[in-house]
Amino acid sequence: MREIQASVLTDAVAKLCIEANCVLPCDVKRRIEDARKNEPWETAQGILDKIIENYGIAEANTVPICQDTGVCCVFLKIGQDVHICGDLRSAVDEGVRRGYAEGYLRKSVVKDPLRRQNTGDNTPAMLYTEIVPGDALTVTVAPKGFGSENMSRLAMLKPSDGVEGVKAFILKTVEEAGPNPCPPVIVGVGIGGTFDKAAYLAKKALMRSTDERNADPYYAGLEAELLEKINALGVGPQGFGGRTTALAVNIEWMPTHIAGLPVAVNINCHVTRHKTVEL
Amino acid sequence: MERHIQLPITRETARTIKSGESCLLSGVIYTARDAAHKRLCELLEAGRPLPFDVKDATIYYVGPTPAKPGQVIGSAGPTTSYRMDAYSPMMIAAGETGMIGKGKRSAEVVAAMKEHGAVYFAAIGGAGALLSSCIKKAEIVCYEDLGAEAVRRLTVENLPVVCVIDSEGNNLYETGRSAYLATL
Repeated sequence: MREIQASVLTDAVAKLCIEANCVLPCDVKRRIEDARKNEPWETAQGILDKIIENYGIAEANTVPICQDTGVCCVFLKIGQDVHICGDLRSAVDEGVRRGYAEGYLRKSVVKDPLRRQNTGDNTPAMLYTEIVPGDALTVTVAPKGFGSENMSRLAMLKPSDGVEGVKAFILKTVEEAGPNPCPPVIVGVGIGGTFDKAAYLAKKALMRSTDERNADPYYAGLEAELLEKINALGVGPQGFGGRTTALAVNIEWMPTHIAGLPVAVNINCHVTRHKTVEL
Repeated sequence: MERHIQLPITRETARTIKSGESCLLSGVIYTARDAAHKRLCELLEAGRPLPFDVKDATIYYVGPTPAKPGQVIGSAGPTTSYRMDAYSPMMIAAGETGMIGKGKRSAEVVAAMKEHGAVYFAAIGGAGALLSSCIKKAEIVCYEDLGAEAVRRLTVENLPVVCVIDSEGNNLYETGRSAYLATL
């Protein structure tokens, strides 16, 4: 049994909050830069240039890429041979509290969805834990902006709707979102499981590098087909028209019930942020 | 190619700004998001004065990050505008002539823009670090308890925006997309 002090987790989360908000992942940068090279529409080219300039400024000055520094999603992969000394939940929240204060990040969390009082420190984190074999603790911090979160959708399709129904739902979701989620977007899709598992899979899909395709060639093919179809919609960067509506489509799937076909679409903006460290 | 606009925007000027026009705004604007709009409209409904002069005012839908030492303001890009749709017709009727945000607007907002003469601009969503360099002065006007959502008076220089919906109801989100698709 390996012991990890809760304070080590707090330090890691605090550091990751700042890094994730100020430095865009390399794969996302490459996707934006490649999209710029392949974008034929002049207005769209200009916008992609500004987006590239913006994340350059943010990285050089350690300032947030976007003012919506998000609700802080924290994914922990906890090795089953790890013992965390101290309270896990408090350790993560303390990391968020410190990271958002020290990084001059925006506090965007309300304590209660109806009475809406800001908690003032961006806590609590949205915490996702997974028990895995081994003695490592992997921490991913993914600040999630709500311009794109608000454009996310879930459908409980029928098995007879099949893959065509799934594709139509994903395309409809992206088209209806239009300019609202700050395109070019990254589309996270969860297929299967239950109502809640599909949504979780869609969020998890956004944590995967855009360089990495689904391990199953059938789903990898679906990702490529959907990306092409989304980029034929013509929404374009910021919705002003153009080829670049999405940078990537990432699909995660799992077994489901004989009677169901759950599909969740979690949209993320061009500022798709996540940073991982293994402790 | 870019039109320089000195704020405030009068009703008459608003009617001359056309959908698709790239503009650089200079002068004073106010910030307000969901929570601030709710309070402002409650004052208007009660027939009470607003904490700032809304006549010919341009409102920027933004909740900036805190300023680091030496900064005027933190990252300050637009938030999605449709959440203000419930409030904008009342604000426009009270005198607002410009709105800066991103994303679609409701038919009711567009109707109010046409009736009174107002314009809807978009700034680049997700470009908060870049946009903050155009903000030269920032001070809190009211609702400090709302934190990032407080109403701020900003002095901006050459803030780059695009007119999406003009006072005739023309909409770049529709025309831009169809113009691009027509080239395929």
